[in-house]
Amino acid sequence: MKPRLVLIGNGMAGAKLLEELVATAPDLFDITVFGNEPYGNYNRIMLSPLLAGDKSLDEIMINDRDWYQSHGITLNAGPEKAITQINRSSRQVHSADGTCCRYDRLIIATGSKPFMLPIPGIDLNGVMSFRDISDVENMIKASERYKTAVVIGAGLLGLEAAMGLRTRGMDVTVVHSNDIPLNRQLDQEAGELLKQQLSEKGLRFKMNARTTAILPSEQHADLNGDLQDKKQHVGKLQFSDGSELQADLVIMAIGIRPNKQLAEEARIHCEKGIVVSDNLQTYDPRIYALGECIQHRGGTFGLVAPLYDQAKVLSNHLCEHGVARYYSLPTATKLKVTGINLFSVGNFIGGGNSETIIYRDKQAGIYKKLIIEDDRLIGAILYGDTQEGPFYNELLDSTEDIEPFRQYLMFGRALCDEIKATYEPKRSNKTNIYKANANLKTNVKTKAKRPVEPKTRNLQDSPSTHKVA
Amino acid sequence: MSDKTIHTTCAYCGVGCGIKAVVNDDLREVAIKGLDSHPSNHGRLCSKGTALGDTIGLSERLLEPEVNGQAVSWDHALDTVADGFAKAIEQYGPDSVAFYLSGQFLTEDYYVANKLMKGFIGSANIDTNSRLCMSSTVSGHKRAFGTDTVPGCYEDFEQAEVITLVGSNAAWCHPVLFQRIRAYKEANPQVKIVVIDPRRTQTCDIADLHLPIALGADNWLFNGLLSHLAQTDQLDHDYIEQHCDGFESSLAAAQAACPSTATTAQKCGLDQDDVATFFNWFGQTNKTVTLFSQGVNQSSSGTDKVNSIINCHLATGSIGKPGTGPFSITGQPNAMGGREVGGLANTLASHMEFSPDNIDRLQRFWGTDKVAAQAGLTAVELFNAIDDGRIKAVWIMATNPVVSLPDADKVKAALQKCPLVVVSDCIANTDTARLAHVKFPATGWSEKNGTVTSSERRISRQRNLFPPAGQAKHDWWMICQVAKRLGHSEAFDYQHPSEIFSEHARLSGFENSSDGQLRDFDISALENISEQDYEQLVPFQWPMNKEYPQGCQRLFANGDFFTPNRKARFVAITPRAPANAPTPQYPLRLNTGRIRDQWHTMTRTGLAPQLNQHIKEPFIELHPDDASALHLRDQQLVSITSRWGSMLARLNICESINGVNSIRSGECFAPIHWTGELSRHGRVGPVVNPVVDPICFQPESKHTPVQISPYQAVWHGLLLTRQKAPWPDESEYLVESNGQQHTLLTLAGQSLPSEPLEQITSWLNAAEDWELLSYQDPQGHYRIAAIDADGKLQAIAMLSTRQDLPEPGWLGQQFSKDSLDLRTRTALLSGRAPAGEDIGRIVCACYSVGEKTICKAIQDEKLNSCDAIGRQLKAGTNCGSCIPELKALLAKA
Repeated sequence: MKPRLVLIGNGMAGAKLLEELVATAPDLFDITVFGNEPYGNYNRIMLSPLLAGDKSLDEIMINDRDWYQSHGITLNAGPEKAITQINRSSRQVHSADGTCCRYDRLIIATGSKPFMLPIPGIDLNGVMSFRDISDVENMIKASERYKTAVVIGAGLLGLEAAMGLRTRGMDVTVVHSNDIPLNRQLDQEAGELLKQQLSEKGLRFKMNARTTAILPSEQHADLNGDLQDKKQHVGKLQFSDGSELQADLVIMAIGIRPNKQLAEEARIHCEKGIVVSDNLQTYDPRIYALGECIQHRGGTFGLVAPLYDQAKVLSNHLCEHGVARYYSLPTATKLKVTGINLFSVGNFIGGGNSETIIYRDKQAGIYKKLIIEDDRLIGAILYGDTQEGPFYNELLDSTEDIEPFRQYLMFGRALCDEIKATYEPKRSNKTNIYKANANLKTNVKTKAKRPVEPKTRNLQDSPSTHKVA
Repeated sequence: MSDKTIHTTCAYCGVGCGIKAVVNDDLREVAIKGLDSHPSNHGRLCSKGTALGDTIGLSERLLEPEVNGQAVSWDHALDTVADGFAKAIEQYGPDSVAFYLSGQFLTEDYYVANKLMKGFIGSANIDTNSRLCMSSTVSGHKRAFGTDTVPGCYEDFEQAEVITLVGSNAAWCHPVLFQRIRAYKEANPQVKIVVIDPRRTQTCDIADLHLPIALGADNWLFNGLLSHLAQTDQLDHDYIEQHCDGFESSLAAAQAACPSTATTAQKCGLDQDDVATFFNWFGQTNKTVTLFSQGVNQSSSGTDKVNSIINCHLATGSIGKPGTGPFSITGQPNAMGGREVGGLANTLASHMEFSPDNIDRLQRFWGTDKVAAQAGLTAVELFNAIDDGRIKAVWIMATNPVVSLPDADKVKAALQKCPLVVVSDCIANTDTARLAHVKFPATGWSEKNGTVTSSERRISRQRNLFPPAGQAKHDWWMICQVAKRLGHSEAFDYQHPSEIFSEHARLSGFENSSDGQLRDFDISALENISEQDYEQLVPFQWPMNKEYPQGCQRLFANGDFFTPNRKARFVAITPRAPANAPTPQYPLRLNTGRIRDQWHTMTRTGLAPQLNQHIKEPFIELHPDDASALHLRDQQLVSITSRWGSMLARLNICESINGVNSIRSGECFAPIHWTGELSRHGRVGPVVNPVVDPICFQPESKHTPVQISPYQAVWHGLLLTRQKAPWPDESEYLVESNGQQHTLLTLAGQSLPSEPLEQITSWLNAAEDWELLSYQDPQGHYRIAAIDADGKLQAIAMLSTRQDLPEPGWLGQQFSKDSLDLRTRTALLSGRAPAGEDIGRIVCACYSVGEKTICKAIQDEKLNSCDAIGRQLKAGTNCGSCIPELKALLAKA
């Protein structure tokens, strides 16, 4: 009999793990999945395009129920299948409808919960988060009925929600605690560009604003009578400076928190999230966790790329290849709003001993900034033209010495490759005294540089490569 | 109007190539081809000649007369000049005025200028830039032959067994003749070619032997050759006996200076075996041609050098016969015509010298009693006389002495204080024209109509392709107009250049016989030429008279020189080192010369973008040993300083090819071309010593002691603009170069602007609606570009604190585009063409995978699923949002 592997959470991290497992070792485990949304598995990142009407529900599905069946995976999906308890001593999980399932390996991929401001009025009808398909459905319904929306939080999710609602015809104001949107990803100049571009698309901004209360409306009927008929509907927001803003719909998008409740209740060690090792193992060796619910080396996660990396490492481990370890790297940010291209990674502010290379093509709406320290790229912001994002991401990961091609760094991978190809033979050329000097300098610096943390992971490899390994 | 074909001659060097010009009058365009039927070039043309069509634009032209910077009528300008000259003559005498002419003048222009100055003003203060290149040869010829006669012709190169090129980089300076020699050498590999030049130039490409002689040592070499010929008894005793005088004293002087090959080699800084090889080759045959040019002429002992070469040819009788002769090649299209007319201060007219009978003869011919009685001031003396106030009025025609003369800053200062400076030129702003009180707009090469004489005595017609532009007038017309205003209407009443030519021909035959004075130059066969025959004149070699009705290829095979006893004269040569020896302060010897694609002061070749590709900046070439002793790097900027002045240039440390360096240690080389119009400190003229040959007064432009020191640039810059932009003040080093639809400035300075990006932005002179692209790296790179509303590149500027700016070639090409595509725009500030392939519109944003890449992979790799695409290209494997698009692309394939 095959060992039983149980997965709690059918989101992107969990589903990716399944894909990796069935590709690497399809017959190793007897797999059962519990998910509290009534679907196969869909691309949560695509909720914004779904909201904006750029994509249909079909288009954002990754694996439907048939996929699970054809791979011999038992899928328990729907609110009634939400896991309510992990019993570690009996190695069982229990769902809301009383389903009980024994495990040899348990994977927790419960994701995250939106963070709601602790202010009055947070439970009014029409105040919601932007997390899953049902949120999108409710937002679309609201947009058909109401005129005015406020999105609290100008992070990635908030801006995507705001643009989605704007596309749906609502008057949308984004309320934010900083003076630029995406201040965790952009510097002042890029932030201003983004704000301007979003303004041109019809968004309004209320910046440097702290929301103190959400007040009910006396006019509106309920948004969704059959679910929330007893409650009052939202009417306006109040701010710390005394100003007010009308709102028929309030989207709270000020951040997420790891969903660690189940693990905590099962007394698995948690801090900000479920604490895992480099193998994604929790303090209970039979239990693993991945995705937005975890805390790895002090860090938590909110973007898809590290989740996929985690899925690959965990699959590698579960399939007993045992060579991969998860190593957290700076993750690039992109905004999923049609017509807006931005990319941000690493230390994009600079400071200290760092140097900043800046490229501007204002009329083309392009602003690019690269941060260099010790001849290494440590951060980048690309606004308007993000084509070279992956290149910079790789340079950040590899900590390659960029001095020999620094002049060309801004102009992308292909040119840098061209320069690198001509660089070695040129070194002996009499006309390249400068470059020879540059090398000398680099060598000295390299000696002084802190050693790069060793990495054994092989995350960019495809699953088939793992098989061969 | 349909195109018309006109046969004319090239505007540049003394080879005198024939050109077939297909002219479109409406567009003012011309297609240039070599003229197959012209005996000088048989259809060949060099890069400069080929680009003539690009130099005829009107943008740089002077198109209306100016007095003190104001456009005026021709009458006003002519009156001003005539008044000024008349007053000076009246108050200070005829020697208070001067003309300074050019080897680019046509013979007809030259003739009337010489006639006015020497015949009617009554001074011989008329000299020409030919002084700077040809006067050693003129004097050498006169000393040896009695007249200024080139004995042979180009065909001699194609019949010789030994061809020696002395002081000539013919490969660059006379490319078409060089190509003829190369073709002959390739067909006849046994022919020996010897190049005698301190530098290993491109001409050495065809040489069997290169003698890298020390600067200025030629007289030792040819004295050594003469004594070797005597020692080995390889002399033509009959020829010497029957046709020459002075052999013994000449040989004695040669033997005294160079008793042995070893001494010769040591004096010349050459390998003894190499010298012996040359001597043996020369002695073994009398079918030997010695071509010489500025390396011989531009010397304080240039006349002697010419004679030391001629001595060897006389001694072996290798002269006047097919495949023989000393052969002077000239640098200008009509230096020879000027010499024929007598347009030099120390020649009277038409190959007549200053002597009472010649003066009388000329007075009778011209109908005047004012013919100048004695030689006038030669070029360097003439500008000295302007400087010290003896000359009050000067008219400079078709030349740029502020650039080309030695000690050129002094020339500039002299003109600045001269009461009346008149400049006639086709170009509006030359370094010299900027100092003029009166500017006359002259017709240019494509508009002028007359005759020129090439280095082989061949007279060809230069024909106008277009009517004069604007108010431009022919030089002969202006001179005649001034002459009329000075009261000489009758003598200058010409209506057409053919009338001048026919008078010139008549003078050449006037009392030209042993009864009067026998002269080599005689084209009296054409003295009654009609306008129609003149228009159809085919190229011929003079003399053309009763004796030689078809012209004459060679002279002197049987003696018959133009000395009183019809014998040639050997000249005893005592070699002298160059006038100014190097000193500890100025330890290097500066040599100067031309580069391949430019000509003189670049006022015309500099207009042709393709000619500015080869070498864009003034440079100084230096031996690697000297460079390392001075701790200098290749391509860094350096200052070259002499006792007289300084310049800035880029350092070229010469390459060593098979252990041979292209320049001798202790010597350096700079080009002559750059002007104050095209550079801030690129003129070599101010550096060159104003030393002249005591016989011919030609300056020693090929030897000046200098020091080279690093120019400590803290920044380097490039500025390319579609419209000419003002020169940035902060750039001490600055060179301008014309490109295709743009102007390039190469810049450097010694203090970094506090806001470099703002500073270079100000260089662009940007219009308000231009879009600006910028790049800055605090490590010291600042770049900015401007694109106009139509997407056209208008300007680009770069500044770097390192000497690592991109080659401007690709950037320049972008100005030819109507608009920049996105990839080019993105790559623009890198200074390099977009690298890699066009990947198309980005489909997978996470991994930047483009549509074209995906479609190609689907085709080539036969991909049939999103997974397959993901495995191949990673596309769609991160956020997955592009998967619907990938599916669509798969469906389309």
